[in-house]
Amino acid sequence: MNNYNIILNDLVPKKFGKRGTIWTIFLIVIIVVGLIAYIDQVNKGQVVTNMRDYALWGIYISNFVFFVATSFVGSVTVAILRLTNNTWRTPLVRIAEIISLAAIVMAGLTIMIDMARPDRLLNLFIYARLQSPITWDVIIVPTSIALSFLLLYFPLLPDLAILKKHFKKTKPKYSKWYGKLSLNWTGSKKQKSIQEKSIKIIALMIIPVGILLQTIDAWLFSTTYRIGWDSTNMGAYFISGAFVAGVGALVTVVYIIRRVRKLENYITDYHFDKIGKLLVLACLIYFYFNINEYLIPIFTAPVQEDIHLNALISGEYAPIFWFSQIVGLILPIIILLFKKGRKPFPMFIVGLMVVVGSWWKRYVIVTPTLLHPFLPIEGVPESWHHYFPSMHEWLITAATLAMASLIITIMVRYLPVVPIQRTADELDLLKTDKITES
Amino acid sequence: MEDNNKNSRRKFLDKGLKLGLVTAIGGIGLSKIATKLNASNDNHSGEKMELMTTDGTLIQVDSSEVMEMNHPKNDDEKYNVREGMPNRKFVMVIDLAKCKNALKCVSACNKHHYITGENAWLKVHKMQESKDTASYWMPRTCMHCDQPACVTVCPVDATFKRRDGLVLIDNERCIGCRFCMAACPYSTRVFNWGEPGQEVTLNMDMTNHTPSPEYTGMPSIKGTVDKCDFCPHTIDKGELPHCVTACPNGVFYFGDKYEDTVSNGEVTLRLSKLLEDKAGYRLLEELGTAPSVYYLPPVDRLVDFKDGLKDYKKFESVEKSE
Repeated sequence: MNNYNIILNDLVPKKFGKRGTIWTIFLIVIIVVGLIAYIDQVNKGQVVTNMRDYALWGIYISNFVFFVATSFVGSVTVAILRLTNNTWRTPLVRIAEIISLAAIVMAGLTIMIDMARPDRLLNLFIYARLQSPITWDVIIVPTSIALSFLLLYFPLLPDLAILKKHFKKTKPKYSKWYGKLSLNWTGSKKQKSIQEKSIKIIALMIIPVGILLQTIDAWLFSTTYRIGWDSTNMGAYFISGAFVAGVGALVTVVYIIRRVRKLENYITDYHFDKIGKLLVLACLIYFYFNINEYLIPIFTAPVQEDIHLNALISGEYAPIFWFSQIVGLILPIIILLFKKGRKPFPMFIVGLMVVVGSWWKRYVIVTPTLLHPFLPIEGVPESWHHYFPSMHEWLITAATLAMASLIITIMVRYLPVVPIQRTADELDLLKTDKITES
Repeated sequence: MEDNNKNSRRKFLDKGLKLGLVTAIGGIGLSKIATKLNASNDNHSGEKMELMTTDGTLIQVDSSEVMEMNHPKNDDEKYNVREGMPNRKFVMVIDLAKCKNALKCVSACNKHHYITGENAWLKVHKMQESKDTASYWMPRTCMHCDQPACVTVCPVDATFKRRDGLVLIDNERCIGCRFCMAACPYSTRVFNWGEPGQEVTLNMDMTNHTPSPEYTGMPSIKGTVDKCDFCPHTIDKGELPHCVTACPNGVFYFGDKYEDTVSNGEVTLRLSKLLEDKAGYRLLEELGTAPSVYYLPPVDRLVDFKDGLKDYKKFESVEKSE
């Protein structure tokens, strides 16, 4: 029982310190600035961006793809590790679920930022045409949001009941809210069996839905006649890329939360070692698909595709291309293959590299292709031949990233980031195991 | 006691009413069937009539079944802008042998569609397939594909394909996602990134004009896609599209595939023979988009390619009026 109290005290949500408050205010400022930029964009039109008739999609779309990819972490860590009975996932799953939900919600928002007529949003439902990949997105993104929410919420129920009890005297207001959210959880056998069944069903559903989400995202591109997009590799390529981006984000966030909340006893080197192995597996798979996407086509590339590949490998986009390949993929693989590389701090650095590399990788996927059309780019101003985001685009994109971080921050503030009940149960289990052993 | 009584009375009334209704319906039904049976016995004349259906097949019917009907007189009023002009299939032929980059087509198109942006809908490309092959000028309109990639990907059916071959845009429905622009392999589509500002730039009074898919750019709408519309508004008046009439060299031919004729305003030719004689082809045929625009190869040219260079502007297609 004493043990349980220690766990409870360690894992219960705590008030922000000074750093937490500054961080939150910082995020809110970025969001407000981005919001102002967005309102300006709605008023003046997307002329405030640097997108034009050739570079018709920019970082709004690549940022959307990044969010969608990051949301894959929920499907991977939670569902797959659950179905394969990997018990080391326990202290990591909730953080993964939180990232997943924040990312998919923001993906839904970002795609609307790219719409030049957000006032006509309802047309997507009124005049929906099922043959358009955008309609597939309209169906799959809300589905994913709902599933990600449930995957976070159902396992939370016992913990919410614990929090209700915990805050009864100190903060009755919190207690009331936790109580309402816990849906009268008592921990009875019947409740447990319903909960377990529901989680199992959601975990099973979220795998095909997650894979579909990534694939539909890839099909947005591969259903066009564009060099660099019109590729059968796209679906699998995007899934493996999402695997990398998601686990990379998880590593980064887990490290920060562990330090801030002092959870070193719960998220140990062992866990980092395990998740490091998972990340290197993801990177190796993605590396394989990158070879398929960029190296092999060199052999048979028709003239137009050759121009495109050259622009990536040695031309205008070479710095970003090689940055995303080396910093976002090859270096992480090398570092993570060593046991020392899978210690918490090196892992944090690798996680950051992977996340930043993944973000720029989406940029490399979206932009260069648009500037290599079949017919020559002529009769338009010189600046239309290139694309680099405008201040408005940067501010708005930064705001979306800040909003995702804020959602994560708020959830970390009010929810137990490491499952209390499960951790306690597992420790009990260990103890009883030892007793039976001895 | 009283309650009970009331209840039973209610029940009786209820049941009685229902029963009555059922009998009434049954009765009507029976009498109908009876009259039908009678009718088929009595009025069968045995005489047959030969008629032609609207699609041209001959059929035989019993003369007793034939009824007179009013002529549908509101055919013209019911014209559906998404269906297009009945029994037509518009095509264009562009003779590259004649084009010398006079750019009259471009300026006419810009003028009549009130283009204020920086990217014209009709452009003349400077083409050269490889270092050793000849350069030539290639006007590029919208291809009005029969398998339009843009229409396939539009999530709201804002861009659509008509029976008369035209691919048009409903600018009042477009949500501005630009997927159609990404899908178009000919880079034909143009976006209104900001306020089109036709009133300001062109001193146009657009107050009484509502946007129509059949007259793109009249007016343009912010945040939506525009492109070459094959000028249905001139076809309607029995005229040729603006680019065709503006061209001093007779490069553009416009016509109807069903009539198998195309005209450049001076001569009218048999489409099939023209394409056969001059080895007509379509742009990026291998993609399978099946364009409605045919090109005649730049052979036996009367004009020098270099003559066009003096008008060539790499970075401008819409002249800015002062």
